[in-house]
Amino acid sequence: MTDSKYEVVIGLEVHTELKTNTKIFCSCSTEFGGEPNTHVCPGCLGMPGVLPVLNKRVVDFAIMAGLALNCQIAEFSKFDRKHYFYPDLPTSYQISQFDQPICKNGYLEIDINGEQKRIGINRIHMEEDASKLVHGGASIATSSYSLVDYNRGGVPLLEIVSEPDIRSPEEARAYLEKLKSILEYTEVSDCKMQEGSLRCDANVSVMPKGSKEFGTRVEIKNLNSFRALKKALEYEVMRHIQALEEGEPLIQETRTWDENKGITLSMRTKEEAHDYRYFPDPDLVPVIISREWVEEIRRNLPELPQARKERFMREYGLPAYDASIITSSKALAEYFDACVALYPEAKTVSNWLMGDLIRSLNAEDQDIRDCRIRPEMLVEMLRLIDNKTISGKIAKTVFEEMFQSGKKPADIVKEKGLVQITDQGEIEAMVDQVIEANPKSVEDFKSGKEKAIGFLVGQVMKLSKGKANPNMVNELLRKKLK
Amino acid sequence: MSLYEKTIHELHGMLIKKEISAEELTKDVLARMDQVEDKVKSFVFREEKEKAIAQAKGVDEKISRGEKVGPLAGIPMAYNDNICTKGIRTTCSSKMLADFVPPYDAFVAEKIGEAQSVFIGKTNMDEFGIGSSTESSFFYPTRNPWNLNLVPGGSGGGAAAAVAADEAVFALGSDILNPAAFCGVVAMKPTYGRVSRYGLAGSTSSLEQVGPVTKDVTDCALVLGAIAGHDPKDSTSAPGDVPRYDEFLTGDIKGMHIGIPKEYFGNEFDPEVKDAVLSAVKKMEELGAHVDEVSLPHTPYVMSAYHVIAAAEASSVLARYEGVRYGYRREDVPDIEALYRTTRTEGFGPAVKRRIILGTYFLSSGQIDVYYKKALQTRTLVKEDFDRAFEKYDLLVSPTCPGTAFPLGTQADDILNGTGLYTVPPCVAGIPAISLPCGLVQGLPVGLQIMGPAFAEEKILNAAFAYQQRGGFPRIKPSLSGEGK
Ligand SMILES: [Zn+2]
Repeated sequence: MTDSKYEVVIGLEVHTELKTNTKIFCSCSTEFGGEPNTHVCPGCLGMPGVLPVLNKRVVDFAIMAGLALNCQIAEFSKFDRKHYFYPDLPTSYQISQFDQPICKNGYLEIDINGEQKRIGINRIHMEEDASKLVHGGASIATSSYSLVDYNRGGVPLLEIVSEPDIRSPEEARAYLEKLKSILEYTEVSDCKMQEGSLRCDANVSVMPKGSKEFGTRVEIKNLNSFRALKKALEYEVMRHIQALEEGEPLIQETRTWDENKGITLSMRTKEEAHDYRYFPDPDLVPVIISREWVEEIRRNLPELPQARKERFMREYGLPAYDASIITSSKALAEYFDACVALYPEAKTVSNWLMGDLIRSLNAEDQDIRDCRIRPEMLVEMLRLIDNKTISGKIAKTVFEEMFQSGKKPADIVKEKGLVQITDQGEIEAMVDQVIEANPKSVEDFKSGKEKAIGFLVGQVMKLSKGKANPNMVNELLRKKLK
Repeated sequence: MSLYEKTIHELHGMLIKKEISAEELTKDVLARMDQVEDKVKSFVFREEKEKAIAQAKGVDEKISRGEKVGPLAGIPMAYNDNICTKGIRTTCSSKMLADFVPPYDAFVAEKIGEAQSVFIGKTNMDEFGIGSSTESSFFYPTRNPWNLNLVPGGSGGGAAAAVAADEAVFALGSDILNPAAFCGVVAMKPTYGRVSRYGLAGSTSSLEQVGPVTKDVTDCALVLGAIAGHDPKDSTSAPGDVPRYDEFLTGDIKGMHIGIPKEYFGNEFDPEVKDAVLSAVKKMEELGAHVDEVSLPHTPYVMSAYHVIAAAEASSVLARYEGVRYGYRREDVPDIEALYRTTRTEGFGPAVKRRIILGTYFLSSGQIDVYYKKALQTRTLVKEDFDRAFEKYDLLVSPTCPGTAFPLGTQADDILNGTGLYTVPPCVAGIPAISLPCGLVQGLPVGLQIMGPAFAEEKILNAAFAYQQRGGFPRIKPSLSGEGK
């Protein structure tokens, strides 16, 4: 991947749905889900003569995001129409911002191999989301019918466009994670990638190192998880390098990521690109933003990730590494706060969060807010370890079961008979059995190979199906082999 | 004089004195409609008689209970068919919306509802307001009541013809100055933002305003007073209170400075039009106004700017009519592209298509700077012309149109026929203007246009009132002659 002959240039376009109560240009609810076509009105259905009226909260949120991302907030901003025919747009144009976006020239900082790197943000603009199509078949072209759910149509979006400062798929992922974190902290969006409230497109090109000229630019759509973003970029970079190596031409085009096949596929070439015919929306008036408005919002900005990280190190004594991972997501940080309020051993909580919890969430591509293990359940499990009802090892089984079923840890322990064996006699019998069956290891230990004890403990644990108290096993073994 | 011939203010007086009932009035107007509608064809929808009469009875009950009613209560009226009416088909005279029933009222329809006028029908227009003769209507052309072989003007020709033929006491429409001139009635285009555009299914956004079509200036002031005002549902609607326009009608214009834009003369199809307008100006001078010639130097570029902006906006606004959600839809098509293509090919008439194609071109990449942006710059220059003129003059007076009504089927090309030469500048500049009759040329009415600065409707109305009252053109009625085939 990191072929030193080439330089990768990546820019990301991120769309995030704003958490306002009502849509951007009408008073319909923005709530996710809901029966199809229940959050609609003549306005967001594009009926004749019905006019858009800007929801001021959307401007507040855009300013908030802009400030959190170190942007300049425009004093004068306007809305433009972007025209294209598709059934997800009832008016056949999307109200967006073209040449005078609300925020410009910002940046955020990512952590790459322990170093801070600044990624520029070119612009942030406000626009309306399109509706959702449900095709009878695989796509609109191959279906005999498609249904439209207009609930999402008109939900406010911010489009956040980075500078082409990103140099690898890893950096792209780090950028998106940081951006998501900042947006969550400002509470402008809930950033649920699974529900589509945070969506990402990437522009990527590859050029020979030191070249003055950028390589052929390809846009990849539908990168709707961190995994997809990284995988698709890795694939695309490889495809470009291969083409460059073999002297094959690359074309400027839009591609889509096929998650199942793990490849990108061509959607349309530059020649097939739409002419959107942007022009200022004459039904809306320009947005004039006073300095007072901006300052008012700046004063009320919530605690951002960096500040919270420092607080966690100070208040809970967490190492910098732990604090930065836990505060990378606002929801995770809140989860941590909730656990520590019930169970003050902050480092123990942090270990479980950074280990099993994050791993399980990633494996299932699940959001912490949807996690079945609620903070009080995790804490209950930690207490079961403390009072020696279960071993740390058994706890991992309990954790896994909680994650899948959402059952309480005590119930799982009872149901599965996972109570730790602390009976001296029972453990002693198993220790004897293991000593007898492993004369070689016993010999090794006696001749000074300290490592051998680990193997023997493991054998006893295995025999007890993990239920033996590991400290007692260790003690008994050492006593017997003295 | 029959009831249907009378004005709002005359009828209101009779209603509150209980000399007549609203039911009687409504029946009289509906009978008149029955009598002449076959010839004039002003309407594309006629309210069921029972429903209209029921509305009138409601007003009668209020009056008999001694409740106070407003000046428009019980008065039979019509909407141009681009004004959305809840539960009532609103077609814009297009096949595209031939079966469209809006689930909402336009702001102006809500206001008229509150004023308790009696709704009797929807009037014909050029398809989506694109045209200047009402001939591009999908349904049928409307005839000019003064001569049924002639057009009523456009795009809001049905509204003017209905009022001229006494089929409605007043009507609301957009783009009604030229029809008012051709049909010999009064109409006003208010300042952009004075009347909410909510529910006006137009083909442009920045050029259209709804205004009254009435039989005289007093009625015009009364109706404007009822429909003007801020509407939170229209971002371009102006804040601020609405004056009692009728209270400004003193008829005193002594010392008023009136400018005569020299560029608005000399294009007449008929020199007698100029004579009629100049003699009206003379009357105003006799009433004490100071009259001077003024120049609006960017006038020659107004039409080009208008056509570019109107086409660009139309190509955008009309893009929503594609057969997916409502309106005409061509069934049994192989794919979505074909659905769009055939629906739009079959649903729109040629004038609309021409404007969409032009507008799409004007906004396309590479052309937008050449056309659309230049047009906006021109628009600014036109506004500045007016601003400068209004520093010196209270009002500007011109012909409404360079000529009188023309025969059906002769001037289909609205881009070239020049009827909008003088009514378009106020639309482009967003300023208010009125058209009122100022004479007959070869038996056909000539319109006098009075323009004023933004939000100076009361000044315009008073000058028009003064002319009408003290020197003006008598109320004469059209003959409904001609074969009207
Ligand atoms: Zn809505």
